[in-house]
Formats: sequence, structure tokens, C-alpha cells
Amino acid sequence: MAAPKKLPVWVNAGLIPLINLMAAFAISAVVILAVGENPIEAAGHILYGAFGFGEGIGYTLYYATNFIFTGLAVAMAFHCFLFNIGGEGQAYIGGLGIGLVCLYMGNLPFWAILPLAVMGGALFGGLWALIPAYLQAKRGSHIVITTIMFNFIASSVMTFLLVDWLKKPGSQLPETRHFAEAAFMPKVHEMLASVGLDVARSPLNLSFLIALLCCLGVWIFIWRTRWGYEIRASGKNPKAAVYGGISPSKAIILSMCISGALAGLVGLNELMGVQHRVVVNFTNGYGFVGIAIALMGRNHPLGIIFASLLMGALYQGGAELAFEMPTLTSDMIWTIQGFVILFTGALEHMFRPQLERIFIKSDSEGEVYE
Amino acid sequence: MDFLITILQLIDGTIRVSTPLILAALAGLCSERGGVIDIGLEGKMLGAAFVAATVAYMTGSAWLGLLAAIAASVALSLIHGFASITHHGNQVVSGMAINIIVAGLAPTIGNAIFHINGDTPPLPHAARFTAIDLPFAASLADVPVIGPVYSGVISGHSFTTYLAFALVPFVAWMLYKTRFGLRLRAVGENPEAVDTAGVSVQWLRYRAVMIAGVLCGIAGTSLSTSLGASFIRDMTAGKGYLALAAMIFGKWRPKTTLLACLIFAFTDTLQARLQGVELPVVGEIPVQFIIMLPYALTVFLLAGFVGKVVAPAADGEPYIKEH
Repeated sequence: MAAPKKLPVWVNAGLIPLINLMAAFAISAVVILAVGENPIEAAGHILYGAFGFGEGIGYTLYYATNFIFTGLAVAMAFHCFLFNIGGEGQAYIGGLGIGLVCLYMGNLPFWAILPLAVMGGALFGGLWALIPAYLQAKRGSHIVITTIMFNFIASSVMTFLLVDWLKKPGSQLPETRHFAEAAFMPKVHEMLASVGLDVARSPLNLSFLIALLCCLGVWIFIWRTRWGYEIRASGKNPKAAVYGGISPSKAIILSMCISGALAGLVGLNELMGVQHRVVVNFTNGYGFVGIAIALMGRNHPLGIIFASLLMGALYQGGAELAFEMPTLTSDMIWTIQGFVILFTGALEHMFRPQLERIFIKSDSEGEVYE
Repeated sequence: MDFLITILQLIDGTIRVSTPLILAALAGLCSERGGVIDIGLEGKMLGAAFVAATVAYMTGSAWLGLLAAIAASVALSLIHGFASITHHGNQVVSGMAINIIVAGLAPTIGNAIFHINGDTPPLPHAARFTAIDLPFAASLADVPVIGPVYSGVISGHSFTTYLAFALVPFVAWMLYKTRFGLRLRAVGENPEAVDTAGVSVQWLRYRAVMIAGVLCGIAGTSLSTSLGASFIRDMTAGKGYLALAAMIFGKWRPKTTLLACLIFAFTDTLQARLQGVELPVVGEIPVQFIIMLPYALTVFLLAGFVGKVVAPAADGEPYIKEH
């Protein structure tokens, strides 16, 4: 078999995802045409809705926060060659951890609640990922299937808890009472107002900064620590890793737990930032979108930030779009996401042969052939 | 006597509910026996349900709905094949992508056609696959024992249900008794050997995913034109994943998979009946626990607590031909 040809880094990490993304958008445009709307006009509404005014930008960043958490989670597992489809369930259960901290330690000041809530979310999300991780590491149960099953189990467990145990007394809705005000994540517009800056109101809150810190943390962990090295090594080649004195089981469990912990932090943004209580299905598919984010961002924190901004813009711009063109609802945004996953993920190599022909030929010109 | 009638009603319900599960699980089985993982059962079923309801509503014919649904589902499986067989893409990612695309696309198109929030209008009686009374069902109904079983449980299901049950032995025959089946199983275990024998791995795998497409098409049709009477957004509600679980529970074999589907369908039927019912000893079981039973069972099975599970050796492995 021919040795895999090496493409320049900017082609591999920049041009290929971009071309794939354009292909996904092109197919989406065809769908928009098919339902009788103008795709260029639709793109205009999305762009304006996402970036055209202060509140829109705030919303874009607020959605991006969720995607950074879930995207990092999927990427973390990918570095160990594990496919964590359970981000949705881990985020849901992580939200339970955050909710319990906020509900039962609400009398503490915010600076004390925040680290506890981060720990609560990370712990619950991480533990929810631990079981599939353990089964994969020790019993060889396929992680894709077990994490899918755990999404369903998480959904049942949470409905049960919210309906039977945590429900606000006297209420019919499956949701908890509101958190104490000390457990509200400060909004960015409030924080900036206190230093005299006036920005538009939006749900964007402190957890965006926490998400960015997580990106930095993941980068350091993956590429600058021994554990990160062990995870990457056993992901690339478990047998070679064993000869290097690395335990693949440990790497699997470690990367999955951190993955679950990252997904578990979605609740910081959704529950502490916006809902101020635990509600049914607050994860809203963000865990699944994390797969698209990690694929688009090539499992690198920087790429994940870009991909999250793009997807956040698509979500927020999509809301504007639904307002302007009622035929194109959030379903259309969901469709576009699907195409993005298809082209940047499953079909990522589709355009590679052509690009190899273009770039490798021009690179090797003038070289002496043996 | 009341107890017996309840049991018979439960069995009747189980058979009805198991229809899409059986078809989708058989679809997954054919695809994975050929070495292509199919997470996209959910999406194919949902797409087929939408197309079946739409075409049946527009033409007034359930049969045209069925044909169109099969065509749509096969088209989706060809996308899956294109990504995972031709381009060696990640099969799990491709399946997920199909699920997400259909979850968005079906209501988008539905909304553009019918303007009722992505659903289709209720189907008229003639545009559905409705209950078929088997011969003598009415006259035998009063006969003790045979009557309730034959008329109450066996008779009175729709065409898709009978088809689903008939397809189980058919798929088993195809897999184990035909040359095609032998090759299909071989390509899921050891594609190099098949290639060496001069048989095209790609074409075999394409046929495997297309069979899965046909079966998912029938599964989706049964959801929207037989069990239900219209397309409702997200009406598969995880049945594709449940079918996947049933296939694993059945250890990638048709008859055991059928059994797993029946167990899962039974828990579903039971769950609907047990809502708010006080049971002796245990008291009222929260519905959520019965709902999650199939998923928990599957995890237990995969963990090796219920015997050994061995997937086809080349399941999920793209085959890259060496030159």
C-alpha cells in the first residue's frame, strides 16, 4: 500500500475542514431552495442574527459556551481513540451535580459555590462516563453502544428524580425550585456594567470564561503532561503503549472520566447561568453537537473554539432566520449540523485525493527522483 | 379469567409494538454481518416514516407509501455506504450524521408541505396498513382457548407486522443457507479472504447496507401508517437504538434477535399498563425504570454478565484494498 502522503499543515488543518464545511453548506443551500426559500437571503439573516447586533453576539457566545464544553469532551475521548457518544447523558447527570450543589449549598457566597458547582458537575459527569469506560477497559464492551445506552438511562433517571424527588413542592412541572441568588452565574453584561462598560443584555455569562480556561487546560493536559501523552499513545497504538509501560485501561478510564467531567460542565452555563433551576432535558442535544464540534475542530482546543463559535452563530442566527423566514425553523439548523457532521466527519477524506494531487505534485517539482 | 385476558392483551400489544423493532434489528443485523456498523437505523426509520406518511397521504395508497419509504431509506443507506465503504469514513460518525440530518430534514420538508409544525395530517383509513382479520377469526372467536388466542392474538395485525415476523426466518435462511449469505458473513468476518477469492468486498457491503435500507423502510412505514396514523416529529423516539441493542442482545443472530425484540416490546407494553398500578410486594414501580430496562439489560449483556457477546470480527473496519 502506498505510504500516506503528507499534506502541508495548513491544508490538513485549515483547507480540508473549510472545503468540507463549504460542501455541507452547499447541500444545505439545495435543501433551502427545495423548500422554496432563497439560501443567500437565509445566510444573510443567519449572519445578521449572529453578529449584527450586541445581543446577537452575546447569544452566539452563550451557545458557543455549551459547544466548547461538549466539543472538548468528545475530543478528549477521541485522543484515546474512543468515541464518546454519551456527552448528552454526561452533561445531563453533570447538571444534577451542579443543581444539587446550588440547591443545598445556596446559603454559601458565590465564590464558594462556584468551585463546588464545578466539582459537582465534573464529578457527576465523570462518574457517569466511568461505567462505560470501565466496561470498555476491563470487559471490552463497545463504548459507542454503552454510551448510547447510558444516554437513555440518564434520561430516565433524571426524569424519575425530577418527577419523584427533586420537584418543587406543589408544582406539576418536572423541575426543581429556583436556586438561591448567590448561585446565579454572573452575566457578562452585568459584570461589564459594574466597571462602567455598557453592553447589550444577553444570557452570556461567566461560564464562557470557564469554558475558555478548560480549553487551555485540555491543551496543557493533552500535549504537555505525562497522562496526556499516555492517552495519546494508547489511542494511537495500544500494543506499542504497553511496551512503553503504559496501561491502556488506565488511559481509557482516565480520558473518558475527564471527557465526562467536561461534558458535565454544560450545566454551569445552562442551569447556573440561565435556567437557575434544574429542568427536564436542559441539555437539548448539545452533547450530540459536541461530536460535530470535535470533528470540525480536529480535536484541538483552538479548532474547537472556532467550531463552537460557528455552531453558536448557526444556532443564534437560526433563531433570527426562523423569525424572518418561518419555513426555516430550528429543524433546518439541525439539518445543517447533520450535513456538517457528514462532510467534516464521515466524508472527511472525500476531497483528499484531489488535494494531494494539487499540493504534492507542486511540492515535489524540481526534486530529483531516484 | 381476567388475568388470562390481560396476559393475552399484553401479548397482542407486544406483537404490535415489536414490528418496527424487529424490522430495524434485522436491518442492523444484515448490515453488521457484512461488516458495516449501522447507528443510522434511527434516522433511516424516521425518514421512511415521514416519506411513507407523506406519500400515503398524497396518493391515498399505503402501498405507494411503502415503496417510496423503501426508496428513501435505501437512498440514506447508500449515503452511509458511500461514506463508509467507498471513502472508508468513520461508520459511527456517518450513522450519527444520518440520524441528525433526518431528524431535521423530515420536519423541515413536512413543514414546507403541510404547515403543521413538521407533522403530516392524519391519514385516512384507506391510506394505512390496518388490521387484517385472518380467515375464520370471527367464527372461531367463541371457541374456548383457540378462540382468544387465534382471534385475539394471532389475527388482527397489519400487513407490516406479519411481514416482519415472516422476514425473520427469511433473513435466517438468506444468511445461513444461500451463497450470498455465506459471502455476506465472510465479508463481515474476514474481508481479505473474500477479496482473495475474487469476490468484490465493496459490492457485497453495498448490498448489505441496501438490504438494511429496505428493512428500515418497512420499519418506518409500519410506524407512521400502521401503528400510528400520521408522521409525528421524532416519532422513532430511540427505537433505532433500541433495535441496535436488541441485535446485540440477540448476538447478531436472527432468531435470538427476534426474542430480544419481543422482550423489549414486552417491557414497553408492560410499562404502558403499569403506570400508576400498585403491585404486590414491590408497590408502584416508577415508569422510568421500566423504560430504561432494555438499555440496562443491554449494558449488562455487553459487560459479559449474560454470556459472551462476539461481534462480527470486521464490524466497523473499513476495507482498504491493497494493490
